[in-house]
Amino acid sequence: MTAAIEASGLGKKYGRRWALSDCTLSIPVGRVVGLVGPNGAGKTTLLSLATGMLEPTTGTIRVLGGAPGSGPQQLARVGYVAQDTPTYAGLSVADHLRLGAHMNPGWDAGLATRRINQLGLVPDQKAGTLSGGQRAQLALTLAIAKRPELLILDEPIASLDPLARREFLQVLMETTAESQVSVIMSSHLVADLERIADYLVVLMSSRVQLAGEVDQLLASHQLLTGARRDPAALSPGQHIVTASHTDRQSTILVRSDAPVLDPSWTVSQIDLEDLVLAYMGLARTEAAGPAAPTAIKILEEQR
Amino acid sequence: MIWLTWRQFRWQAISGAAILAVLAIVLGATGPGLATRYDQIGLPSCHAMCAALAQQFINELEFGTYGKLFYAGLVVMYLAPGLIGIFWGAPLISREFEHGTHRLAWSQSVTRTRWALGKLGFTWLVSVATVGLLALAITWWASPIDHALNYPQPSPRFDRLAPLVFGARGVAPLGYAAFAFALGVTAGVLIRRTVPAMAVTLVIFAGVQVVMPQLVRPHLIPPVQATAPFNANAADELAINTSGKGPATMTLVGNFSKPGALILSNQTITPSGRVFDGPPARVCLSNSAPPEACSNWLNSLHLRQLISYQPASRFWPLQGAETGIYLVLAAGLGGLCTWQIRRRRA
Amino acid sequence: MIWLAWRQFRAQAIVASAALVAVAMALLGTGPHLVSLFDSSGLATCQSGCGTDAGNFINQVKGSTTELIFYGGVFLVYAVPALIGLFWGAPLVAREFEAGTFRLAWSQSVTRARWIAVKLGLICLAGMATAGLLSLMTAWWASPLYQAAQKAGQNSLSINRLAPPLFGATGVAPIGYAAFGFVLGVTIGVLIRRTLPAMAVTLAIFAVIQIFWPTVVRPHLIPPVRSVQALSTANFDGITTLSGGQFVLSVTSVSGLPGGWFISSQPITAAGHAITTSPACVSKNNFIACLADHGVKLAVRYQPASRYWAFQWLDTGIFLVLGAGLGALCYWRVRRLS
Repeated sequence: MTAAIEASGLGKKYGRRWALSDCTLSIPVGRVVGLVGPNGAGKTTLLSLATGMLEPTTGTIRVLGGAPGSGPQQLARVGYVAQDTPTYAGLSVADHLRLGAHMNPGWDAGLATRRINQLGLVPDQKAGTLSGGQRAQLALTLAIAKRPELLILDEPIASLDPLARREFLQVLMETTAESQVSVIMSSHLVADLERIADYLVVLMSSRVQLAGEVDQLLASHQLLTGARRDPAALSPGQHIVTASHTDRQSTILVRSDAPVLDPSWTVSQIDLEDLVLAYMGLARTEAAGPAAPTAIKILEEQR
Repeated sequence: MIWLTWRQFRWQAISGAAILAVLAIVLGATGPGLATRYDQIGLPSCHAMCAALAQQFINELEFGTYGKLFYAGLVVMYLAPGLIGIFWGAPLISREFEHGTHRLAWSQSVTRTRWALGKLGFTWLVSVATVGLLALAITWWASPIDHALNYPQPSPRFDRLAPLVFGARGVAPLGYAAFAFALGVTAGVLIRRTVPAMAVTLVIFAGVQVVMPQLVRPHLIPPVQATAPFNANAADELAINTSGKGPATMTLVGNFSKPGALILSNQTITPSGRVFDGPPARVCLSNSAPPEACSNWLNSLHLRQLISYQPASRFWPLQGAETGIYLVLAAGLGGLCTWQIRRRRA
Repeated sequence: MIWLAWRQFRAQAIVASAALVAVAMALLGTGPHLVSLFDSSGLATCQSGCGTDAGNFINQVKGSTTELIFYGGVFLVYAVPALIGLFWGAPLVAREFEAGTFRLAWSQSVTRARWIAVKLGLICLAGMATAGLLSLMTAWWASPLYQAAQKAGQNSLSINRLAPPLFGATGVAPIGYAAFGFVLGVTIGVLIRRTLPAMAVTLAIFAVIQIFWPTVVRPHLIPPVRSVQALSTANFDGITTLSGGQFVLSVTSVSGLPGGWFISSQPITAAGHAITTSPACVSKNNFIACLADHGVKLAVRYQPASRYWAFQWLDTGIFLVLGAGLGALCYWRVRRLS
């Protein structure tokens, strides 16, 4: 089956800085993918590479089986809303719809008009005078109405108020329910993605730290709390992600296929946000260099 | 405030300085040669035959490199204020509006008025200073030629009062620069988008610069009126116009020689005060009559010349008046700008 | 794509049309006066020996508003290609980069190649049409003057179509300049990606080219004709005698070679050697006659008037080719942009 995005060793360098390095992903179609990471992690770079806005420095990327941005057919299959949802300030809402109609053979004019009316946007109003939320909705409408197979959204709700944010996500959910379109949305707020994403990719320090179905990730990670002890005493098959110790207590985040049956541990489920934060903390400490004696985290690869 | 203005203006200042430097090199390389030639000809210390020497000097230069540089100097002086208005004035405030950075600036501990005045004042001073330096350099370079041109010339088109030269010498360019800059900033504040503001500035400034020498400048100081008897033998122009549709008419322009004066009108009138336009007597139309016959007939009519002109000595008063007007316009526009900025609901 | 390119260009098209209409009205208003002057000078029916009539006609025009309008028109035809490069070319792509809207445009189902090709092509045509119309209108208005110059024969009355000040403002050359100026602006905008610096750089480069082209390049596009003329046949712009007997002769026109563009002239001895000093004639009243008596002739290099259209097509062709080259650079750069 074609993957929505298939990246292999993908890397992008600006000058001397690697914005993205060694990225290997295989994101299946039909998912709503959340791309999470702090600012500067490489999310925009990855999405720009996927839409053909950028050329990779190393590695390859294929989107829906084709090279990104190569030719009108490929462009028609991918919808893109860039960061800051750029729109032409001098063109009206109706003009933007005309733009979409003229430049996309697969344009669904009825869908576009319905959405605009539902959102309450005035067709003659210039896009430069719309509020941030309205501009984001307009940009999303443009991307949806061309009937793509894949929607790529780069931090579309970052600067929206909670109400506008909720409305945006609602529209997005309705769309995915109606039309089986795959969605990749980047954000630095996990809470937003938690509600809609069923696949997660965590980017940190220009690398992919974590990628997988949300259900599986949550099921395979457990939070263990118990009396303070050396984490090396855990049984094999359990990979330690992070461990933190106080005088008397140890809290360990563990990734394992089998459930942890040791009664000396209290096992609890971790929520998505904490999981992501744990992996991001992991990456930050790794990036800081070989562990100092007071480092609270160890990564052990148990074979 | 000054630091911020300078920091935002840095690249424009650098490019302006670079262009000034290039011009300075060109002028510096050729100027001394020109001055030497002027001395060699003997004009500074001439007593007699000055007009002829001046004529010779001008002839030497007119069609060589020095002549081309002289014309180039005129073009540069006329373009500089316009370019400053377009590239320094128009983007000054409109760029802030376009990028929304005015919100950042207006939320610092500086009132909008101070912000506006600081930006306007600093950049305005730099603009005027730049054009002033340019005017100084070019006037210095061209001074030998200007001196020579003030002697009677067969075609007095390039003496100081001539429309083509007046706006490129003295203090007038400073007034133009002040006005063009203020015009650019105002366009930017009102239109709030850089490229349209640049276009509007260009059109309005060009319009004003074309209209001013034609309609306003001749009347800044009431011109001197003079009369003289019309001498057909020494006339500048004696033309008979036959259009085949009605009687022939004559156009007479008498000679009036006031070196360096700007002649506004030179009419030939009959004793009763009407402008004389013919019809020409038979002696003027026939080919067989001797040429003096026509002139004698004209002289017998006791025609007079009515001349309206600005004498050469009024160069500085006219410069002052014109610069004054432009400065007042600039100040008015500056006030309009500041008021608009204060009023504007961000 | 064509719709989008047009929609974004709409405001500029309206301004250009309004300006053209304004210019047309100004020319229509003042044209008849010039025509009536021409008619009343008798040049329309004159067949030969029209020199004096033509001279009278030109004297009536000189110093009047009509002369101002003529030179204003010339200036306008030179300015329009620069303005097109500055206001239509430079912001075309740079504006999209600055505002980030290129991301919106490039994610529609139209390739970048088509996007830049349509934008370039459509507006280049509009620019060429504007410059062409303007050149046509001013040529129509000034036709009495050019006719007078033709009939005047040897003197040409300083209205020389072929020589630099007027050449670039007549015929089809402005169309080539406009196309080149526009594409130059777009290319600079693509390379620099910011509107204001792109405008400044475009203006600077275009101005430098327009200044050096007529003086350095164009005279040699077709090898000039060499000819030796008697000194008496030449009209001199300036005969200047420098100290030490050196002299410089600057030729305006040569009787028998009307409308020619004189690129260089050199006095030569009867044997063919160039000379620059002639002490024997320095203080004589009739300098030229004295030189002629000594057997001095004039070796001129010039372009004959008949080559006017050859040069027009050469200039237009070269600038169109340059524009096409820059357009290709643009196209390649936009496609490759990362």
